[in-house]
Amino acid sequence: MKPFAYLRPDTVDEAVRARAAHPGAAFLGGGTNLVDLMKLGACAPDLLIDVGRLPLDRIEELPDGGLRIGATVRNSDLAAAPVVQERYPVLSQALLAGASGQLRNAATTGGNLLQRTRCAYFQDVSTPCNKREPGSGCPAVEGVHRDLAVLGHSAHCVATHPSDLAVALAALDAAVEATGPDGARTVPVTALHRLPGEHPERDTVLEPGELITAVRLPPPPPLAHGRYRKARDRASYAFALVSVAALLEVRDGVVHHAALAYGGLAHRPWRATAAEEALRGAPATADTFGRAADAELSAARPLRDNGFKVPLARRLTVSVLGALAARHR
Amino acid sequence: MSHDPQPVPPEAPRHPLGAPTARREGRAKVTGAARYAAEHAPPHRVHAWPVPATVARGRITSVDTTDALALPGVHAVLTHENAPRLEPPEDPAVAVLQGPAVPHRGWYVALAVADTLESARAAAEAVRLTYAAEEHDVTLTPDHPGLYLPKEVNGGYPGTRERGDFDAAYAGALVTVDATYTLTALHNHPMEPHAATAWWDGGHLTVHDSTQGSTKARDDLAALFGLDRRDVTVVSEHVGGGFGSKGTLRPQAVLAAMAARVTGRPVTLALPRREMPAVVGHRAPTVQRVRLGAGADGVLTALAHEVVTHTSTVKEFVEQAAVPARVMYTSPHSRTVHRVVALDVPSPSWMRAPGEAPGMYALESAMDELAVLLDLDPVELRLRNEPATEPDTGRPFSSRGLTRALREGADRFGWRPRDPRPGVRRDGDLLLGTGVAAATYPVLIFPSSAEAHAAPDGGFRVRINATDIGTGARTVLGQIAAEALGVPEERVRVEIGRSDLPDAFLAGGSSGTASWGWAVHKACRALREDLSNRQHPLPREGLAVAADTREEIAAGSPYARHAFGAHFAEVQVDTVTGEVRVRRMLGMFAAGRILNPRTARSQFIGGMAMGIGMALTEHSTMDPVVGGFTERDLASYHVPVCADVHTIEAHWLDEGDPHLNPMGSKGIGEIGIVGAAAAVGNAVHHALGVRLRTLPLTPDAVLPHLP
Repeated sequence: MKPFAYLRPDTVDEAVRARAAHPGAAFLGGGTNLVDLMKLGACAPDLLIDVGRLPLDRIEELPDGGLRIGATVRNSDLAAAPVVQERYPVLSQALLAGASGQLRNAATTGGNLLQRTRCAYFQDVSTPCNKREPGSGCPAVEGVHRDLAVLGHSAHCVATHPSDLAVALAALDAAVEATGPDGARTVPVTALHRLPGEHPERDTVLEPGELITAVRLPPPPPLAHGRYRKARDRASYAFALVSVAALLEVRDGVVHHAALAYGGLAHRPWRATAAEEALRGAPATADTFGRAADAELSAARPLRDNGFKVPLARRLTVSVLGALAARHR
Repeated sequence: MSHDPQPVPPEAPRHPLGAPTARREGRAKVTGAARYAAEHAPPHRVHAWPVPATVARGRITSVDTTDALALPGVHAVLTHENAPRLEPPEDPAVAVLQGPAVPHRGWYVALAVADTLESARAAAEAVRLTYAAEEHDVTLTPDHPGLYLPKEVNGGYPGTRERGDFDAAYAGALVTVDATYTLTALHNHPMEPHAATAWWDGGHLTVHDSTQGSTKARDDLAALFGLDRRDVTVVSEHVGGGFGSKGTLRPQAVLAAMAARVTGRPVTLALPRREMPAVVGHRAPTVQRVRLGAGADGVLTALAHEVVTHTSTVKEFVEQAAVPARVMYTSPHSRTVHRVVALDVPSPSWMRAPGEAPGMYALESAMDELAVLLDLDPVELRLRNEPATEPDTGRPFSSRGLTRALREGADRFGWRPRDPRPGVRRDGDLLLGTGVAAATYPVLIFPSSAEAHAAPDGGFRVRINATDIGTGARTVLGQIAAEALGVPEERVRVEIGRSDLPDAFLAGGSSGTASWGWAVHKACRALREDLSNRQHPLPREGLAVAADTREEIAAGSPYARHAFGAHFAEVQVDTVTGEVRVRRMLGMFAAGRILNPRTARSQFIGGMAMGIGMALTEHSTMDPVVGGFTERDLASYHVPVCADVHTIEAHWLDEGDPHLNPMGSKGIGEIGIVGAAAAVGNAVHHALGVRLRTLPLTPDAVLPHLP
């Protein structure tokens, strides 16, 4: 682990200016992932700009009925916020499905979205990894990849994004507010994370130096029910093999509104637009739900050892949508 | 002729032995006052950080430490080019930095020493090594051309045993089972990583080491460094778990001692968690074929247990998974065989119940398969196969509580009535099932010595180099001493965990309490005798009596001595995701006299929880591409968490066995894991209706078989 400097700015502007002045710097949130990666040598910033205590720790109800979540709101606080539990239960469920109590106490909203893949090769600096060292190769394609991507991967990278929170936010049409040297902008969560393509070293569309300051949620669809479900190897403290975040509104037995996103399948939270298309206006039956999942998952290209994720995603989809539809009866 | 130890005389008070005495060091541990090996900070202490090899097989061709040594605060970088030469060790896995050969990925090739942990780590990362890598072979297959028949397996058992004519008996059997079970490697991962703080004082080496036995660690270090054993002191006052991985000397102690010699400073080295799977042993993967032949009544006529496993090129360690089949059931015609191949993998070693844990998974799963075939209750099947004497030796059992454990366990669990049909019990999306499996573990006992001392103020002190690795050994030895002395337990001080105390065997093989307790009991009895014969008050220095149990142990026993047990599990299988969870689990054990129900319960349920991990969550992958273990941290190597362990109960029989030791106890540290995974696996079959023979039963394994 190489020595690094540490800075704790008081304002967003100060943080962004400091980052702009130090190309080798990194923003530090709760540190639950970045500090691990620094210990492993997988990241080696020479300056840590601690944004974890910036005054971005509020959850505000917006006039339009939406919610603005400050980037430093801790995962455990967000999950426990009554407004979140009441109006965005899928978000609370996703948070509580992630990590452990101790980690959720430390992890921030912004940091959670920007956590890195847990691909074993990315974390092991003695092995090649295109994400860590562009051009060095990807041993996961032939090596150990049970937990890795089946959708949207490339020959250069088959990593998955590990966040549960991001999956729920993708289904909720959330957007992140980011501030950089060129000012502030808003990016939909579904457009925040990239697919690896030829540049797996870039996880997101954020420019170096841009800082997430908040996550903005539109008002929840008024009559939709939501649910997050995660399949995993042990009952707690395990990343998703596959997870699904779903919102469903059924009117007169027909799907009126559906939003669906997957975790554990791709380099980004996977908003299932093809499935949603198949759902809209269709009868709310198990058949429909299965066909919708198939519409999305027909694009899957499993690797040697992770083909199970496709039927697992399908089963989760049918089960979760079925349970949500039942609540409309 | 009797080799039996003298039982505790009837006049001795029942209290305190058998009482649920709280751990003596509990307060020190929960308040942080207890010091572990890396927490000893003598003046001028420096820190070390190791460098693991990044190839799976090959040689180091060049070493460049210039950059590392140029970093601030760096004292030394040790490599095979400059490290102190060691005498050839008994265990080649500790011959670190002695040559350029790399036998497996993760083998230590250098050590950086610096003022701070961070500087040492930075220096370790700055060491430049080049390798001539050779092609590696790390993949165990059941038909690997390198497989051979080892003469001996772990524990000193013969690799192969044949009784009767298995082939003929199996061919003639009315009902047969032929099943192959596959287990991945498993990792010990004690909470406290392997750590040592070492320094030299003139020619004397002192090491605070996280070890399960500092007598042996001292002897091994003395041999390695060419010292008289009086010139080495090893201290392990508190040890945060070991599960076998600290039973032998490990690289941290050797490297810290080397670095201390080179730098002239005390050196602390705590092995990074991620590096432990490569250098502290693992449970070797096994492929186990079990064949059972039985009559219509379910009584076994033929039994074969054939095990394929791996070892490293460094040394031969053979997981003795076929050995419990030599103990368990009536089997007039039996074949138990181990075959092993030396691969370019880290050296396997002891992990909680080596042999029994994987072997009983296979045997007890096969017994369940036989019960299903015969449509016979699996408890009843086991009762019908109780042998009159130990099958492999013909020796009588000193006690064998399996029948009672099965019966009483079944009653407590609510085993009956049980619908044997698989795959029919539903709770919403969940399929439910129950399973049973038997457990066994040998009674092992080793010579130890102890000293008991009486002070004029009425206080007593017991000294023995026992190790408390979290088991409660310190507490139980105090209870044994108090009972032998006939005094309240509070009046007995217990000194353990230093190699300058009377020599004792390590905490392993579930032998600690029996081995140490016997020596303590003997010393205390002799002291009590001396005190009762005494006419005059004690001198100021008090009175000490030493005892050792070499003779008693050497006399051996004509009996087959084993602990037994029965596990009952209820599981749920999620038909949406394939996730399996254990709803409740009950273990019933027959392990002689239980000396402390509080610490014993902790041992039993700890073993059972570890069995849940083995069955459901703990998965290790040997990466064929880079040639090392993939899951190397506690986020990816899934030991069970609290949410995986719901209702869990351990009970035991009141088992009187006069052929054991003066306390009448059998070891309890390991039997809790034996059979536990089989009970869970059998319950999964009952729930799902499909027999899955490869562990762990993670969702990807279960998914293809869901309705």
